[in-house]
Amino acid sequence: MKVLFSFLAVILIILVATMGAFITNLHYVFGIIIPYLAFAMFVGGFIYRVVKWGRSPVPFRIPTTIGQQKSLPWIKQNKIENPTSAFGVVVRMAMEVLFFRSLFRNTKTELREGQNGPELAYGSAKWLWLGSLFFHWSFLIIIVRHLRFFLEPIPFAIQALESIDGILQIGLPAIYLTDVFILVAITYLFLRRIVVPQVRYISLPADFFPLFMIMSIAISGVLMRYFYKVDLVAVKQLTIGLATFQPVLPTGIGPMFFIHIFLVSTLFAYFPTSKLMHMGGIFMSPTRNMISNNRMVRHINPWNPEVKVHTYEQYEDEFRDKMKKAGIPVEKE
Amino acid sequence: MYKGGKIIASLIIFAALFTIPFFYNMGKVNAGPDVALDTPAIQRLPASEQQCVESPEFMKENHMQLLNQWREEAVRNGQTVYINSQGKKFDISLQDTCLKCHATESASNPVVLNNPANSTGVSNPALNASPEFCASCHDYSAVKPLCWTCHFEPKEAVK
Repeated sequence: MKVLFSFLAVILIILVATMGAFITNLHYVFGIIIPYLAFAMFVGGFIYRVVKWGRSPVPFRIPTTIGQQKSLPWIKQNKIENPTSAFGVVVRMAMEVLFFRSLFRNTKTELREGQNGPELAYGSAKWLWLGSLFFHWSFLIIIVRHLRFFLEPIPFAIQALESIDGILQIGLPAIYLTDVFILVAITYLFLRRIVVPQVRYISLPADFFPLFMIMSIAISGVLMRYFYKVDLVAVKQLTIGLATFQPVLPTGIGPMFFIHIFLVSTLFAYFPTSKLMHMGGIFMSPTRNMISNNRMVRHINPWNPEVKVHTYEQYEDEFRDKMKKAGIPVEKE
Repeated sequence: MYKGGKIIASLIIFAALFTIPFFYNMGKVNAGPDVALDTPAIQRLPASEQQCVESPEFMKENHMQLLNQWREEAVRNGQTVYINSQGKKFDISLQDTCLKCHATESASNPVVLNNPANSTGVSNPALNASPEFCASCHDYSAVKPLCWTCHFEPKEAVK
């Protein structure tokens, strides 16, 4: 049911996109106005979300660590998994962002039939990590590769990336490795939510919707490159027009382009309101980005109110005469 | 905001990364390649030969596959005649069929020929940036044709 709901939502979006693609009068809306709106919503919404997160206080040090804490001099500290320096935190965050360190530690729990009845067993589970790694890296490379439509002249680095991506030179136009990887990886990520009962139980429409969106974007892109081709030069004129704020709408681009760009725009606009914000959120995870110096340094609660104190010196100043009369010893005469 | 300095700095980097295209293209003119279909080289041809092998729409989408098919026909199957969708016959030859229109423009132009700066690869469609050649569109969209890893104009032929 939850799957069906997301699936029908994406189908509806594809239908809207197809309508926009085949009605020439709507091309200006679908090719220029909606992408601009989506981009503004993406960047604006992203900043809004991150600022909102940034305003919430983090009163305690709550780093999660998987290595030896700094201790006595002859005990070797794990400087990356349990960092006490800013550099260590940077390395740990880089491992997290680039290679999904935490996910690598993913385990699975299952009941096995042992000799004396069922036994609880734990094992390492790397498939999710591998699938995620392929998915995210392919997505990143695909986005960077798309800069060839938004930059003129095209920098060498982007051309090099593209030729590496198409290094197998299979078919014409050459197949991109990342196109294959992202389709395989996203199919895996989708099947995992359907097949594994526990994961299926906790999956929500908001989990399936982005999967279907990204799947449809990848498929429309593949269809556009290999099957329902578009006029690439006209496409680039449109995109450069967008980037120079002098929008032009060349004729005869081909409908597949408008379907693709509408799906991408929808994803961009949806991005800040969704779980996809983990892109910004990962940098703000307090269990990962804090130096593990819980007891080395005194940490003061950021919202502690100003406490009015009355020190003994002030007390003595106030009551010195009375204390002397009563014969109580004073520190200062 | 807690740790406001770091968060704002990161957000500025984020916004900068995503607005690279706006800054990179700032002040540039959006000039794509303008491929003319009636250059002097084409006009010199008899009217019956002024049409390309297939329609411009077909060529835009499928020229790479057509060239691939031609290579296979000529090199592997020994076929040297291509019959197009209108039933018209063409020689399967990059040099004698395609380049008749797509490369002769500058190569036959004495001003270009005598310019020492152009002494290599004047009629090499991979290098020449005139709109009738490969490079103009292919550079614009960063598509690297693999033709010129084998086919190239020897220097002696140009001199």
